[in-house]
Amino acid sequence: MAENVGGGGGRGESAGDKAREEFFSEAQEIVDGLSRDLLALDDVCRRGGSDAELVNDVFRAVHTLKGLSGLFGAAMMSGLSHELENLLDDLRLGRIELTSQVLDLLFQSVELYGRILAAAKGDAPEPAPEVKALLAALGQVAQQKGGGGGSVVAQYELDPGLLGVLTEYEEHRLRTNLQAGLSLYRMRVQFQLATIDSALDDLKAKTRPHGEIITFLPTGEGGDAESVELEILVASRANLGVLRGAVAGPNISVEEVRRRDGASNPLASIPPPPLDDRSRERDQTDPYGGVSMSPPTTSGGDALLDEINAAGAGATRTSAPPPAPSFPPGPGGQLGTFPPGGIPGMPVPGIAAGGAGAAAQGASGGSGATQRELTLRSVTQTVRVDIRKLDHLMNIVGELAIVRGVVARLSERVRLDPDLKEIAPDLHRLHRSFDRHLAQMQNGILEVRMVPLGQVFDKLARIVRQISREHDKQVNLVITGAETEIDKLIVEELSDPLMHMIRNAIDHGIEDKDERMRVGKPAVGTIALNAFQKGNHVVLEIEDDGKGMDPKVILAAALRRGLVTESEAREMSDKEVLTLVFQPGFTTRDDVTALSGRGVGMDIVKTNISKLGGVVDISSEVGIGTKMTITLPITLAIISVLMLEVAGRTFCMPLASVEEAIVFDDAMIKTFEGREVMTQRGATLPIARLAKLFQLEGWRPGVWINESAPTPKPPEVRPGRKAKSYCVVATVADRRVGFIVDRLVGQQDIVIKALGKSLKKARGLAGATELGDQRVGLVLDAAALINEVLASSTEGRIAGALEGPRSPKTGIDPRDARSDGGMS
Amino acid sequence: MRAILEDPASAAAMGAVEVTEAQSGFDAMRLLPRARYDLIITDINMPDVNGLELIHFIRKSEQYRTTPLVIISTQATERDVERGRKLGADAYVPKPFAPELMRETCARLLGTARPVSDG
Repeated sequence: MAENVGGGGGRGESAGDKAREEFFSEAQEIVDGLSRDLLALDDVCRRGGSDAELVNDVFRAVHTLKGLSGLFGAAMMSGLSHELENLLDDLRLGRIELTSQVLDLLFQSVELYGRILAAAKGDAPEPAPEVKALLAALGQVAQQKGGGGGSVVAQYELDPGLLGVLTEYEEHRLRTNLQAGLSLYRMRVQFQLATIDSALDDLKAKTRPHGEIITFLPTGEGGDAESVELEILVASRANLGVLRGAVAGPNISVEEVRRRDGASNPLASIPPPPLDDRSRERDQTDPYGGVSMSPPTTSGGDALLDEINAAGAGATRTSAPPPAPSFPPGPGGQLGTFPPGGIPGMPVPGIAAGGAGAAAQGASGGSGATQRELTLRSVTQTVRVDIRKLDHLMNIVGELAIVRGVVARLSERVRLDPDLKEIAPDLHRLHRSFDRHLAQMQNGILEVRMVPLGQVFDKLARIVRQISREHDKQVNLVITGAETEIDKLIVEELSDPLMHMIRNAIDHGIEDKDERMRVGKPAVGTIALNAFQKGNHVVLEIEDDGKGMDPKVILAAALRRGLVTESEAREMSDKEVLTLVFQPGFTTRDDVTALSGRGVGMDIVKTNISKLGGVVDISSEVGIGTKMTITLPITLAIISVLMLEVAGRTFCMPLASVEEAIVFDDAMIKTFEGREVMTQRGATLPIARLAKLFQLEGWRPGVWINESAPTPKPPEVRPGRKAKSYCVVATVADRRVGFIVDRLVGQQDIVIKALGKSLKKARGLAGATELGDQRVGLVLDAAALINEVLASSTEGRIAGALEGPRSPKTGIDPRDARSDGGMS
Repeated sequence: MRAILEDPASAAAMGAVEVTEAQSGFDAMRLLPRARYDLIITDINMPDVNGLELIHFIRKSEQYRTTPLVIISTQATERDVERGRKLGADAYVPKPFAPELMRETCARLLGTARPVSDG
């Protein structure tokens, strides 16, 4: 990346913390990219191929990391990067081979980068011993390197000026391609600077199927302020016609770079007749005849250039500089004969390694305002934002939503007031407009929070590779839906649970190779990681083709550990048995492996996922495989809820969990196996009375339930009519329960707030929200409620559990919520 | 880099500067003619147009043939740096470098070096 310093208007900005923070996020981004490239490289290698471009990408990433970390005094990172860069340099220059051992080292490095970054942020101790071990291993590999190949480059009619600007790597690629017998082509292309990026990408895409682009060289000819001419060197197996056809365009010329006839006769001094005028001009002034066949060294020095210069000088002593070519060859054959930039008279400044250069031109006043405006345009279009800032914005939107509610009520009052009738329409319009813009703002903020799940999938891919190697099981990870977007905060919290599940899948699921062969499965196991959006939810599936989970084994293990009783065990369906793995302390293993089996896996997975408002489901078939399905809300920041009233209190049921709401009548209740159920569209639906779940049953219209706390007005009941109630059918994953409520208030978007300390342990509640009239609505945790209802054999049992005021499982009395000041 | 050069410490060394970042070699080529820059800093390992090619290009332009030009890169590419020097670069600052070194180098090239108290 080139950076320019211009003198002029000063802007003093403190670098300190902000720069450091940016360093972290930038380094993290690079490490993530590195990880992706390595995985791709691993994939290529396993298929027996190689990808010079990928190796170079990896090299460049480490190179950048090294620069960054050096800048910020991150010594450990910088040291690691330095060694790694050496290794990668050797790799890309073909001095060492990309073996699986080398790949392992590279993967370890990515792992360590992550830990070093965590340590630098203060989240973990520095992995000093590991880094030391890796550095030693890197050193060993470096010693194994062999020499590079001999040169064939000199056999081609290449401008020494061109060769003079090739980096060592590009030179290596050129040499490798020529050694492989590819032909060399020179394209001259005129680009508009404004569109060069896309035009270049286009050209690259057209060229790639036919060969490799070695370098792009601005010729400095034929261009003006708005356009530039590039000379592009391409190595290809295709013939000239094919290549010309592939890249054909108005401003493109393609010609072959010919081998000097000297290839077979190293001392022949006359180059073959050139193809067109331009190249003739160059060839005539390119007086190289002899070609040295001695192999150049692969590192340091400028052997190749020396070689060519020497050859040129030896053959003809033409000293007059050529008239037109872009790179005048030096008049003599020694190093240093290239005038800087081909401009005679330019003093060659000394370069001190310490960075002290020649004292030079004074800083001039600098650019005018218009020019500055132009230059500002090209700075990057993205900004990094701390998620807490977005949370803050979202909270403000939440407050505004409350204001909106108040305005709505006000507008309604004004409408009904005959004195104010005149302003009513205006107020109404204002309210509508406010409403619309607020919704847009909310969506905008939400959009910013969304990141693709691919971020976490990349990490998982690395883990799969590592675990499967440790375990000597071959596993293929197939990812779909990596582009599915989800709240950044959720992504952060997902990696641990997903890692657990993947470890389990490899450790317990995928059989070893021999066993797989025996049962007729492919030797390589497959773990599929699928993500897709489903309404307001994101569904994640982790599916393996391993040996599946045997309900009998699980039940036996659960019995052994006393997680279920014999009688409970007899009653359980296979699906219920599978969910036992989510019980704390569950494990089928008596031996603890390095990977899993400590019995602290799946219950934590479940807890973590439910903290995110999600649920985990298992389905498994013995011998076929296991599928875990995680259903998560897209965002935690804001949710749409259905407002309900139960016993005069307002509750919010997340709309995402609401399937439908129907008018309910006690006559619809049936009792089935001691549970209250109703039939809904031919299916049996377990029902639960929310009032009973939350101990609000004592409440009757017009009756005070608590003398100390004023009770909201009871719903109006017209005389002679029975109070209507409603059944809200909630579903989470494939579980459904109908909750009986008194009244449906309506739908609203709310910003959910965490419950204060005293309510934190309350089950069945996800949080609370302000309703805008100084009242608080409790947000129901649909998943927890449904599980609670379904897990109890009778509704009475949970109700009983909820009623015990001092029991640790105590449900809470939402009456407390009003006076509780502990909302955050 | 921007942080280093726009830091108040750098103003002490060479006066206030305004930094423009180019995203790539082409971006640099696009930016250069549009303003008058007093100093150019480039890496060597860059995608597409490499640093050497960029230097070559810069030195051919009438406007920038004598503008101070600094290479920042690693010791690993010694040969490339040497080529950069031959193409007309004025200084080479190996990465990783201390911010002070960068500031000092720029200040010297800009001829604005002034005595700075230690540290």
